[in-house]
Amino acid sequence: MKGMTSIVKTVTRIVVGVIFIYGIYIIVHGHLTPGGGFAGGAIISGALILLVLSFGSDILKLKGREEGSSITESIAILIFLVLAAAAFLLGTKIFFNNFLPKGKVGELISAGVIPLYNIAVGVEVAAAIFTIFLALIIYKEEVSK
Amino acid sequence: MIVYVLCFILFLTGLYGVLTKRNIIKIVIGLSIMEFSLFLFLSLIGYINQGIAPIVVDGMEKARYVDPLPQAMVLTAIVIGLATNAMLLAIAIRIYRKYGTFDVRKINSLKG
Amino acid sequence: MDSFIPLYIILPLAAAFLIPIIGRFVKVFQKSISFIVFLILTCMCVAGFFTWDRETIVYAVGGWMPVDNIPIAIYLVFDGFSIILLSVINLIALLTTIYSIAYIEKYTAENNFYALLCIMVAGMNGVVLTGDLFNMYVFLEIAAISSYALVAFGVEKEELEASFKYQVLGGLASLLLLLGIGLIYWSTGTLNIADLSVLLESYTGNKIIIFIQLILIAGFGMKAAMVPFHAWLPDAHSSAPSPISSMLSGVLIKAIGIYILIRLFFNMFAISHEIALTITILGVISMVTGGFLAIGQWDYKRLLAYSSISQVGYIILGVGIGMLVMANNGKQEIAALAIFGGLFHLINHAVIKGLLFMTAGAVEHVTGIRNLNMLGGLNKAMPVTSATSFTGSMAISGIPPFNGFFSKLIIIIAAAMAQYYLLAIIAALISIITLAYFLKLQKNLFFGEPKINLDNLKKAPLAMQFSMVVLAVLCIVLSLLIIPGVREVIITPAVNVLMDTSNYARAILGG
Repeated sequence: MKGMTSIVKTVTRIVVGVIFIYGIYIIVHGHLTPGGGFAGGAIISGALILLVLSFGSDILKLKGREEGSSITESIAILIFLVLAAAAFLLGTKIFFNNFLPKGKVGELISAGVIPLYNIAVGVEVAAAIFTIFLALIIYKEEVSK
Repeated sequence: MIVYVLCFILFLTGLYGVLTKRNIIKIVIGLSIMEFSLFLFLSLIGYINQGIAPIVVDGMEKARYVDPLPQAMVLTAIVIGLATNAMLLAIAIRIYRKYGTFDVRKINSLKG
Repeated sequence: MDSFIPLYIILPLAAAFLIPIIGRFVKVFQKSISFIVFLILTCMCVAGFFTWDRETIVYAVGGWMPVDNIPIAIYLVFDGFSIILLSVINLIALLTTIYSIAYIEKYTAENNFYALLCIMVAGMNGVVLTGDLFNMYVFLEIAAISSYALVAFGVEKEELEASFKYQVLGGLASLLLLLGIGLIYWSTGTLNIADLSVLLESYTGNKIIIFIQLILIAGFGMKAAMVPFHAWLPDAHSSAPSPISSMLSGVLIKAIGIYILIRLFFNMFAISHEIALTITILGVISMVTGGFLAIGQWDYKRLLAYSSISQVGYIILGVGIGMLVMANNGKQEIAALAIFGGLFHLINHAVIKGLLFMTAGAVEHVTGIRNLNMLGGLNKAMPVTSATSFTGSMAISGIPPFNGFFSKLIIIIAAAMAQYYLLAIIAALISIITLAYFLKLQKNLFFGEPKINLDNLKKAPLAMQFSMVVLAVLCIVLSLLIIPGVREVIITPAVNVLMDTSNYARAILGG
C-alpha cells in the first residue's frame, strides 16, 4: 500500500507526537478529569493508525504478521490481572482491593492503585485497536497479491 | 420528554436500516445507529435539573452533581459496541472474498 | 472461605491471555494449559458438592461494604442453583478440550481456538456467578462475542454466512437487553439483583414493569432460541466445528439464555400470572415447532440443532408450569416437582446434546460426509461411535433406564398434577416424535446397507473416543439423581433457592 502525498506526510510528522502526548495525558490524569484508560488508549491508537495510513504500510516492514502489538496486548492484560491478584496476596484477602495508600484528593499521585489500572488498560486498548487495524490491512495485502 | 422521543426515532431509523437495506455494510451501519441511540438514552436518564459534571474539586464537595452511574454504563457499552462492530466488519470483508458480492439476497447457500 | 469464587473467572482469563505469548514457542502449551485449567475448575465444583454446607456464599468484589444498608458493591453469589450450572459448564468444557486435541489439527490457527474457548468459559462462569444486572450484561457479551468468532472458525462459505446471521440477531438481542436494563435503572434507581427484589415487591401491576418484563423475555428468548426468535440456531450450530457445536448447543444457550431467565423471573421480579402464562406458551410452541421441523432434515447436524430447540422448549415448559402454580398459590409440592423436572432436564440435555454433536464430529472427521442419504452401515467400521450415538439417541427420546426418560416423566407428571392435561398430552406426543426422528437418524447412519466404500475407514481417534465414552457413561449415571438421597444433595438446594424468593435477598442484604 503506497503512502499519501507529501503534504500529508509533512503534517503527519509534526502532529503525531502531539497526539501521542495528548493521549498519555488523558490516561495519566484519569482519576482527576474525565477520560481514563479507554479514551486515552483510543487516542494513542489513532496516532499509530495515522502513521500507517499516511506513510504506507512499508514503514512498519509488515511481514504478514502482527505479533508485536498482539503480544503487547496480552502482556498488558496479564499485568492487570497480576495487580488485581496482588491485592489478594499482600494485605487483606480481597480480590481487586485498593491497597496502596491514597493521598490527598486532587493530587496527581493519589487514589491508590487506580492510576496503575488506567495505564494497563490504556496500553491494552491501544494495542488491541492497532492489532485489529493491522489484521485487516495484512489480509487485504495477502489477497491482492 | 421530547429528548426521549427523539432517541426512539433514532432507534427506529437504525431498525429501518437493518430490516430493509440490501448491502451488508448498510446493515452493519444500521445496527451501529441503534446502539448509539441506546447510549444517548442511557446517559440522558441520569440528568438532574441544573446539575454539574460529577468531578470533585476542592472546596465544592456539596454541589448538585449529575448521576455518574449511567455514564459508567455507557463507557462500558461503547467498548462492547466497538468489539461487536469490529467482528461484524471482519466477517463482512471475508464474505466479500468468498461470495464476490455484498448483496444479502445472494448470500443464501444455507437453506432449510 | 469465600475467596475461591473469583478463581472461576480469573483462571480461564489468565490462561486465555497466556496462550498467545507462550504458545508461539512451546507447541503443546495451549492444549495443556486449557486442560489443566478446566480440570482444576471441575474438581473445585465436584468438591463443592461434597464439602459445602448449602449456605449461600456471598463475595463483595473490592471489599466494599454496604453504606447505610444500601449495597454498593458487585456481589458474586454462589448458591445451590449456581453450582449446578457451574459444574455442567466446566465439565463439558473439559471434555470438549480433550475432544478438540484430535479434531482441531485440521485447522491452522490452534492458538486462537483455545484462547477463544477459555474466554467463552470465563464469560459463562461470570454470568452464572454474578449478582448485579449490568455485570451480567458485560459477561454475557464477552461469551457471545467469542462464540461469534468460534462459529466462523474454519473460514468456509457456509460458516461465514451462518456467523453473520448469528451476529446480527445476537446484536439485536443485546440491544434489547441494554434497553431493558436502562429502563429498570430509570424506574428504581439501583442495579443490584437482591436490592431490586426488595424494591420490586411494591411495584406489581405497574405498566412499566410489565413492559420491561416483556422486553427482557424477548431479549433472553433470542439468546436461548425460543421459537419466534430461533432463526439463527440451525445455521450457526450446524456450520460450526463440532466441539464448538457441542459447547454452544449444550451449554451456551442454557447459561446465557435460560439461567438468566429463571434467575430474574423467580428471584427478582414478583411472580405474576400473565408473565408465567407467556413463558409457558412460548415453551410449548418451541417444543412443537422444533419437533416438527426436525423430522424433514437430512443433514446430521441440522437435525440435532432443531432438536435442541425442541428440548429447550421442554425445560421452559417445566419451569413455566412451576411459575404458574406459584402464581396461582397452588400447592408447593407441585411447583417444586415441576422446577425439579425442568432443572433435571437442563442437566440431561447438556450432557446428551454434547455427546450427540461429538459423534457427529467423529463421523464427519472420518468420512467427510454429513448428509444422511449418503451414509449407512457404519456400525461395523466405527463401533465406539455407533454405540455412544445409540445411547445418546435413546436417552434423548426418553427410553428407560436412561436419564432422559426420568426428566421427561417428571415434567409430564407435574403438568398432570397441576391439572394442565393438554400440556401433558402435548409433551408426551412430542416425546414420541423425538423418538421417530432419532430412529430415522440411527437407521440411516449406522444400521442398514453401506452406500460408500467402507474398506479403508479408520476409527475415530482415541481422544474423541474417550470424551464420547465418558459422556455416554454419564447418561446412565445421571438417572441416579432420582433416588431421594442423591437428589437432596444435588438438586433440592437449587429448587429451594428458586422457590423461597426472600432468602436470596436476605443472604446478601442482611449478612
